[in-house]
Amino acid sequence: MASVSLNSGLILAAILFVIGFVGLITRRNLIVVLACIEIMLNAAGLAFVVAGARWGRPDGQVMFLFVLAMAAAEVAVGLALAIRFRQTLGRLDIDEADEMRG
Amino acid sequence: MLHLLWLIPALPLTGFVLLTLLNRRLSRTAAAVIGAGSVGLAAVVAILVAAAFIVSPPEGHHFHQVLWTWFDTGGLRPQVAFYLDAMTVIFILVITVVGFLIHLYSTEFMEHDEGFTRFFMYMNLFVASMLVLVLADNLLLLYLGWEGVGMCSYFLIAFWQKDTQNVYCGRKAFIITRIGDTAMIVGLFLLFTHYHTLEIQPLMHAVAATPAGAAVVVAAAWLLLGGAVGKSAQLPLQTWLPDAMAGPTPVSALIHAATMVTAGVYLIARTNALYTAAPDVRLAVAIIGTVTLLYAGFSALTQKDIKRSLAYSTVSQIGYMFLALGVAGWDAGIFHFMTHAFFKALLFLGAGVIIEALADEHDIFKMGGLRRELPVVFWTFTIGAASLAALPLVTAGYYSKDLIISTSLGSVDGSAWLWAGAVAGALLTGIYSFRLVFVVFFGEQHTPVTRRPRWRMQAPLVILAVLSVIGGFVWLPDWMGGWKPLEHFLSTALPATAGGGWAFGLGEATIVEIVSLSGIGIAYLLWIRRRDATAVFAARPAPDALERYWRAGWGFDALYQYVFAVPVKWFAHVARNDLVEPVVKGIASLNVLAWRGLSASQNGLLRLYIAVAGAGLAIIIAVVVLK
Repeated sequence: MASVSLNSGLILAAILFVIGFVGLITRRNLIVVLACIEIMLNAAGLAFVVAGARWGRPDGQVMFLFVLAMAAAEVAVGLALAIRFRQTLGRLDIDEADEMRG
Repeated sequence: MLHLLWLIPALPLTGFVLLTLLNRRLSRTAAAVIGAGSVGLAAVVAILVAAAFIVSPPEGHHFHQVLWTWFDTGGLRPQVAFYLDAMTVIFILVITVVGFLIHLYSTEFMEHDEGFTRFFMYMNLFVASMLVLVLADNLLLLYLGWEGVGMCSYFLIAFWQKDTQNVYCGRKAFIITRIGDTAMIVGLFLLFTHYHTLEIQPLMHAVAATPAGAAVVVAAAWLLLGGAVGKSAQLPLQTWLPDAMAGPTPVSALIHAATMVTAGVYLIARTNALYTAAPDVRLAVAIIGTVTLLYAGFSALTQKDIKRSLAYSTVSQIGYMFLALGVAGWDAGIFHFMTHAFFKALLFLGAGVIIEALADEHDIFKMGGLRRELPVVFWTFTIGAASLAALPLVTAGYYSKDLIISTSLGSVDGSAWLWAGAVAGALLTGIYSFRLVFVVFFGEQHTPVTRRPRWRMQAPLVILAVLSVIGGFVWLPDWMGGWKPLEHFLSTALPATAGGGWAFGLGEATIVEIVSLSGIGIAYLLWIRRRDATAVFAARPAPDALERYWRAGWGFDALYQYVFAVPVKWFAHVARNDLVEPVVKGIASLNVLAWRGLSASQNGLLRLYIAVAGAGLAIIIAVVVLK
């Protein structure tokens, strides 16, 4: 089995994380924001798996399963929110939802 | 049966909780059933408990019921526990039975009031607090009930809160009694630091073991007396009670008869060991009582408002109770408390019927001639007034008041001066109580009767009238056979009075009887036979000025205004720009500044929040990695 070095795996994870994060703060469409969060979660999952492979332990993959389950739940809630959001405000721009300002 | 004791305060408290939670969802009927029913059930339980206590007295003639430990900190471990002895039995019976009659009356009296449920809510809490006060086995729990009573009196006096004047009256009652309460809590601190317990029975044993006149005992007695004086509206903290008439009439009946003002009498009787060990303070109690009963008698004589006149008569009658306590006539004070509760509740409830029948008319000189229009009220009110005036032999008030008067001379602490004051007070009582009867029910009718009471308002009057007559036959003087079940009963809880009781036989009693009767006779002369002459005399400058002075409660309100309120206001005005001011203002503007900054950062933009959180995370990682 071809092995991936720890460093390159972690760098990939970091790049994915930064892509997700930059998307999160620059995009205004709620669906895209949710997708960016997915990318960040998967980046974290990748880091777990790579680290688990490095030390030959199953913990990393177990954690990734947890992350997957959590991501599924998060998407369910997030999409429900998106529907309500659209029904209330008529569009999906998250900057529109600034009514809770001080 | 005795283990049902906890139900007695718990039932009205449950009523209060139910009424509070279900407030707007309850119909008037349901609120009335819960409000009056809870107190009625408490009365039934109280009667059962009292019967069990009398038929088979528990060991040591007291019953102790511990419910749970309230809290446990720093050596202070008060329990929520009830203590029942003969004196408490009398109090719980009077509070629940008279309280129930007042609640029953209120269901009709308040039936068109928009705050019907709120009214019963406060009334139930009021009764529950008073029951906790008298049943408490330690002074801290007693203080809880004490404050509860004060709080409810504020709510109820200011009940018609849309009129600002009523709110001021409620506030006055709260603040003036609070002066006494502060003295009392300091007294409790003092007792605790010295005796390390607030449980009444061990505390009283410890106090009794202290040499008489010890500084701590004297100081504590003075401080507790301060609390009692405030709650019981004695000089010099009496000014709140006449203004407490701003509340609905059943509230006045409850405050004056069953709850609140008798709390001071209870406190002193309960801590009698303290006052036995501090004879000087006890003498002060007697003097305060005597001066107050005369002071309030003159004021009651000149009031135009029927309720204010009755209010001053309460101050005066509680003065009698204080006099009894001051000469160590503990049981006589409790006896007068009981009979007073009957006839004063009766008088207030009767006054309520009259006021409502005449479309909210309070001025007695606009009433007149109601004898035929309101016969039930006439007869019951007259019985109540006769009992208040101590009409010899046939009324309850006669037996209790004459016992006090006799004790004030016969007790080893008594003196001729106290006796003379009490007898003069009896004369005044006769005049002012029958002044009300003659002016209100006789003569010409000035205002038409627009509303007549139904059974729920009349039944309590009749029951209380019966009690105002037969309530005194439980302690007869020696020359009437000396049947004294109440004295024997109370002797298990209260120390006997040296030289007390009906010490002087028929001779002294005859003097008092003649004085009481001549008071009624004078009232008859002044307000029936020679009413025109009285009016002419009262219109002259000197009597008129004196009447105004007495009517204003001897100018105590004005005095306190100038001695306390005005200087404080003046000082507050002068000290506006002192050194502390910029500091306080600086702290305030600093807070405003911080508030502005923080609220600007909360702009509701989710993406900015995420960016800031990310930046923060980056800084933390950088710090950890680069360190």
